[in-house]
Amino acid sequence: MTDNKENRIVTKDLNVWIGKNHILKDVNIGIPPRGITVILGPSGCGKTTLLKTFNRLIDLVDGVKVRGTVLLDGTDVYHNTQDIEGVRKKMGLLCQRPTPLPMSIYDNVIYGLWVHGERSRKALDRKAEIYLKKVGLWAEVHDRLTDPATKLSLGQQQRLCLARGLAVEPEVILCDEPTSALDPTSSRKIENMLRELKSVYTIVLVTHTLRLAELLADHVIFIYGGRVVEQGDADQVFNNPTKKLTKAFMVGEIS
Amino acid sequence: MISKKGWDRIYERLLTVPSLIVVSVFISMFAFLIYRSLPILESKSLGHILLSSRWNPDRGSFGLFPMIIGTILVTVIAMVIAVPISIFSAIYISEYAPRSVKSTIKSIIDVLAGIPSVVYGMCAILVLVPLVSDHVGPFFGVDTTGYSVLTAGITLSVMIFPIIISICVEAFQSVPLTLREASLTLGATKWETVKYVVFRKASPSVYSSILLGFGRAFGETMAVAMVIGNLPFVPRSVFSPATTIPAIIATTYGEMMSLPLFDSAIMFSALLLLIIVVIFNILAKVVIMKYSR
Ligand SMILES: Nc1ncnc2c1ncn2[C@@H]1O[C@H](COP(=O)(O)OP(=O)(O)OP(=O)(O)O)[C@@H](O)[C@H]1O
Ligand SMILES: [Mg+2]
Repeated sequence: MTDNKENRIVTKDLNVWIGKNHILKDVNIGIPPRGITVILGPSGCGKTTLLKTFNRLIDLVDGVKVRGTVLLDGTDVYHNTQDIEGVRKKMGLLCQRPTPLPMSIYDNVIYGLWVHGERSRKALDRKAEIYLKKVGLWAEVHDRLTDPATKLSLGQQQRLCLARGLAVEPEVILCDEPTSALDPTSSRKIENMLRELKSVYTIVLVTHTLRLAELLADHVIFIYGGRVVEQGDADQVFNNPTKKLTKAFMVGEIS
Repeated sequence: MISKKGWDRIYERLLTVPSLIVVSVFISMFAFLIYRSLPILESKSLGHILLSSRWNPDRGSFGLFPMIIGTILVTVIAMVIAVPISIFSAIYISEYAPRSVKSTIKSIIDVLAGIPSVVYGMCAILVLVPLVSDHVGPFFGVDTTGYSVLTAGITLSVMIFPIIISICVEAFQSVPLTLREASLTLGATKWETVKYVVFRKASPSVYSSILLGFGRAFGETMAVAMVIGNLPFVPRSVFSPATTIPAIIATTYGEMMSLPLFDSAIMFSALLLLIIVVIFNILAKVVIMKYSR
């Protein structure tokens, strides 16, 4: 899987330390360009850390040390001359809890476009409408676009964050437990959207809940204690796991 | 035996006493100042007191206009200098400084905030007054002793740096990491993130720090009285000496006892100061409430 040239994101011997803690150990994975790749593993195994190494959000962590390689479409994300903003723009991020920026609903959606230099009111209006429609929020908010985004419900905020991420036209969507803070209906909406989006985007979904993984995964990477235990097609990993640890996790013996 | 509930009630009663003391002190100060201001208000019109530029107690002229203008000018100069410098240094300290530098600067600022104003006044006399009279004034082609509105304004600005900086640093640092991450993942640069997200999120605190600084500048007495020259005239330029409401109160106290109207005029100045400070505080509350929805 890792050597497949087709893979959009590839890591080679990736090791991450935070302070003296060795968080990720010799991670070699490949993420195919289409479908949903679920990074699965118990709480604290390093899933979020791995996700953040992809778009270099890990750089914000104090005392972090990253060794090894992360390739995005074959280019080294950690190369000295890498345009970090460019890398990040290619990868949208949806967090566990919605992160509305301290501005209006409208300004949230167009924020990315704005910082990338789009100044035409007409174009911004059009994009705002397109992406709010895409996440099914347009009907709910079109008459109060200037309200602060924090006035929306959590579920609406999460869809707003998705719209905001999609508006900068990324190629990859990174999701870190995007539904765990939401009510069942809102979760369902997000799940359905990810399913729709997976034909166009590379989707990486981090979760520790097996149910969600089984529901959405096309590919699975199972991590335990900072190491990749097993990776492959969802069918194979769920139904015929080759490693004892994976089996144990699937039947709920470890979590 | 007093029951647990009984004790609870007793504590509740006892704990209201301190706040009652505070409130009654404030109210009696207010009442006292009003009472002592009555003589001047009865013999002169309010408009005359506030707008006349003639302050000559021996001849019975009690126009406060020069002090009002002096106070406003000094405060405005202080704010114009202090606000941008403080906000930008707070941004640097919070967002850009390496960790070791950060903690050093923060403790220096805490020390600065605790220095008594008379020390600032002394340093201003030793450094700033000669600088203004020998260099700044001549540069603008103005003859000045250095004891001036500008000197007082600059001194005040230095005194309010620590207030604004420490509140802003606190506010910037409390902006959650997830918000910064949200902005960065959309491809924003660090500066854009600071400008559009961190600063905006922290803006209610930034406003309140500015208002607090303003209050400090407005009421500051000692340092201003030491460097402003204390002349009760409307200053012709920022290089002229002048005086402020707090400074006139401090510098004329004692000599005023013999003239009843003089005493009353000074009491009225104090009342004016108090009223402005109260209005200012109410305004600050309103502004903050409006911005921190
Ligand atoms: N900023 C940090 N400083 C120190 N240790 C950290 C930091 N962030 C994460 N860690 C440690 O790294 C390990 C992995 O954390 P990570 O957040 O990646 O786990 P996770 O798999 O996402 O867990 P969860 O499912 O609970 O979100 C944990 O043991 C955690 O304590
Ligand atoms: Mg996590």
